[in-house]
Amino acid sequence: MKISTIKELLNANVLCGEELLDTQVYSACGSDMMSDVLAFVKDQAVLLTGLVNPQVVRTAEMMDIRCIVFVRGKIPDEMIISLAKQNDIVVLATSERMFPACGKLYENGLNGTKTIN
Amino acid sequence: MSEVFKLHYDVDGENFMAAGAASSDVKRVLRQLGIDAGAIRKAAVAMYEGEINMVIHAGGGVADITVGDDYIEIILSDKGPGIPDVEKAMQEGWSTAPDNIRALGFGAGMGLPNMKKYSDEMNIDTVVGEGTTVTMRINF
Repeated sequence: MKISTIKELLNANVLCGEELLDTQVYSACGSDMMSDVLAFVKDQAVLLTGLVNPQVVRTAEMMDIRCIVFVRGKIPDEMIISLAKQNDIVVLATSERMFPACGKLYENGLNGTKTIN
Repeated sequence: MSEVFKLHYDVDGENFMAAGAASSDVKRVLRQLGIDAGAIRKAAVAMYEGEINMVIHAGGGVADITVGDDYIEIILSDKGPGIPDVEKAMQEGWSTAPDNIRALGFGAGMGLPNMKKYSDEMNIDTVVGEGTTVTMRINF
């Protein structure tokens, strides 16, 4: 799935990384606990979270995550965006809550097993 | 035998928001050295969890990284309270982190287990009231 498709499915705003929306991603995880995200080292290209602080970006950086989706209408501050920019991470923001956001992406093929465009 | 590469960082214990800066820098340097991407991710995650732990529990500390021919060694040393029961601390889900830290996304009781999982070798040297030194080695 392209990150641009995630943006459309979740009716999300792009807060940074507009030029990286064509990036293909194959798996995602949703959590507000960063240590849980860090517990699974296999490729998780997208992180959906309702947690808003710089450690979300640090976690994404360590895990080579390409796109962070802030759910529940959370808007990160400039410091968080700037950290994401430095690391070439796309930041999206959606008003969707965590469960439906994950469900929409999974239902449309972002389940870690197959590729769709 | 090629040369060994060393890095040293002071980890500020007062600023949770800045935690992870040392791990971030290490990851950048490992990339520049052309180390295998899988090993870099393991080292970065292991060190990041350790760095967060030092900030949460120990008021900061120091990190020393050595990159050899086929390994990365990370030594995290603090003068914090020490770990009274290491066996318990190694259990997934067991945490002494306060609620304010949980609200920041940590304290799920996965830090030390994650560090062990991503290291090929890990040693914890801890004395209650004096501090803790964690040594992790990642082979590649």
